[in-house]
Amino acid sequence: MPSITRAEAAHLARLSRLALTDDELDQLAGQLDVIINAVARVSEVADADVPPTSHSVPLTNVFRPDEVRPCLTPDEALAGAPAAEEQRFRVPRILDEE
Amino acid sequence: MSTTYDEALANYEPVFGLETHVELGTVSKMFCGCGTTFGAPPNTQVCPVCLGLPGSLPVANAMAIESTIRIGLALHCTIARWCRFARKNYFYPDMPKNFQISQYDEPLCVEGYLDVEVGDSVVRVGIERVHLEEDTGKSLHVGGSTGRIHGATHSLVDYNRAGIPLVEIVTKPVPGTGALAPEVARAYVTELRETLRALGVSDVRMEEGSLRCDVNLSLNRVGATEWGTRSETKNVNSLRSVERAVRSEIERQSEVLSAGGRVVQETRHFHEDTGVTTSGRSKEMAEDYRYFPEPDLVPIAPAADWVESLRDALPELPFERRRRLREEWGISALDMQAALNAGAVAAIESTVAAGASPRDAYKWWMGELARQANERGVEVSTLPVTPSDVARISVLVNDGKLTDKLARQVLDGVLACEGSPDDVVAARGLEVVSDDAALGAAVDAAIGADPDAAQKVRDGKVAAAGALVGAVMKATGGKADAARVRELVLERLNTDA
Repeated sequence: MPSITRAEAAHLARLSRLALTDDELDQLAGQLDVIINAVARVSEVADADVPPTSHSVPLTNVFRPDEVRPCLTPDEALAGAPAAEEQRFRVPRILDEE
Repeated sequence: MSTTYDEALANYEPVFGLETHVELGTVSKMFCGCGTTFGAPPNTQVCPVCLGLPGSLPVANAMAIESTIRIGLALHCTIARWCRFARKNYFYPDMPKNFQISQYDEPLCVEGYLDVEVGDSVVRVGIERVHLEEDTGKSLHVGGSTGRIHGATHSLVDYNRAGIPLVEIVTKPVPGTGALAPEVARAYVTELRETLRALGVSDVRMEEGSLRCDVNLSLNRVGATEWGTRSETKNVNSLRSVERAVRSEIERQSEVLSAGGRVVQETRHFHEDTGVTTSGRSKEMAEDYRYFPEPDLVPIAPAADWVESLRDALPELPFERRRRLREEWGISALDMQAALNAGAVAAIESTVAAGASPRDAYKWWMGELARQANERGVEVSTLPVTPSDVARISVLVNDGKLTDKLARQVLDGVLACEGSPDDVVAARGLEVVSDDAALGAAVDAAIGADPDAAQKVRDGKVAAAGALVGAVMKATGGKADAARVRELVLERLNTDA
């Protein structure tokens, strides 16, 4: 039984806003399954005394002081925007939620 | 009370919960050094980090962490010894990264409470969690009516707000408040706002969006053990709206249930103008945010001795402060609540400190000044009068230098920015005529001018003295002490009254 089904792959594609064809879904579901199984082998070696980890370095409390640093200018900020209007990023219509 | 509301409460028990978002008052953003000034021109407080540009890395703001822990301590929470940020993934243009850095199953503070006063009773509202996240950008919807998404052709986004530290405070469900549910909900947000203000962690301006509420509400049939399905109402952004949203949802859900329908778990929008909620996203298409620990930020592990030092340095909290002041001032819980709602507690306290009696200080701020503030549509604390001005006026009254009426005129002068109370008294010539010789002459003149009234008083009709007192007050331009004038009139007319 694959650890990731085709339906799950389709759900992930929807969450990621990726329009995948049926063929692509079949192919990617298979590949994701191989990747996940490969990574899952880690848990075979890890004993109960090895806690799950999210960071590779054992660091905590890395903070910066609450100080203002120079920002970008609006022109710099908007330089890479596909479209701008009134010094704001212009984006396509957002789907109606109301 | 409308019939619908009464009927609703006869059949159902409301259970509410509140999620409050508070923008912290740090000078820089949560994960970068951009400024946080409200109302700055669009996209002038942005950088690669808060714009989510490739290769940028966040670093947490130490002050934001400290403020969140202080909020947790003030709300009697347990502070996590170790916790992480999490990525909340979603696609919406208000977050350019396509995720928001938040906290998920490891909030910084858990399991606390806030005591809330309603009438004469105290309701303990449980706090489920307090966590830290970043605020989102602001969208402007163009082409539709009145800036709504509905009908818009496109949207314009300003990322100045994106990345401002945002603390989310979530209550446990609050059952058992019955018909008082709307009032308790409002009192909770009021108390929370006062607490945050006392901590100095946020400017808590609801009108500028630095404090925003979501209201969760469900109804369960009276006597039932299982809670009903809840709705979540967003955009509840004033104290009055919190109260109205709870009430409106009680009525709406009760109508749905009584008609044999079922309440849908959904997000609803509150409309300030009509006071009702309308349906938004249905939660049946449950959001799937795919939370995972934020790999770009290391865990937070607040040292126990640091947390204890923050606890020791907490200011006196509003609930305790009001309890202490109530005893010192000798006023009832209801009077204190009125002062709290009017935003006058600090002013009264400072006025007492400046030399007025608590009774006088309360009377001035909650009487004449509250009336003036109400007329101008502002908070009493923003009137152009200082607590020491009010204390000085009250001293002048107690020393017999001003009557209540004159004192109100002096106050008018101060409010018109004519100077200190003493300046106004001098400039407007408002001091009481307390010289008995001068008053005596005015009394004699009044008696001479109205022999009929004088005769009536001599005949024992003491009430007729009113006309004579009135004449003297008029002659002195209202600057005489009416009680003293009355004494002089009666003395001269030989009555024993």
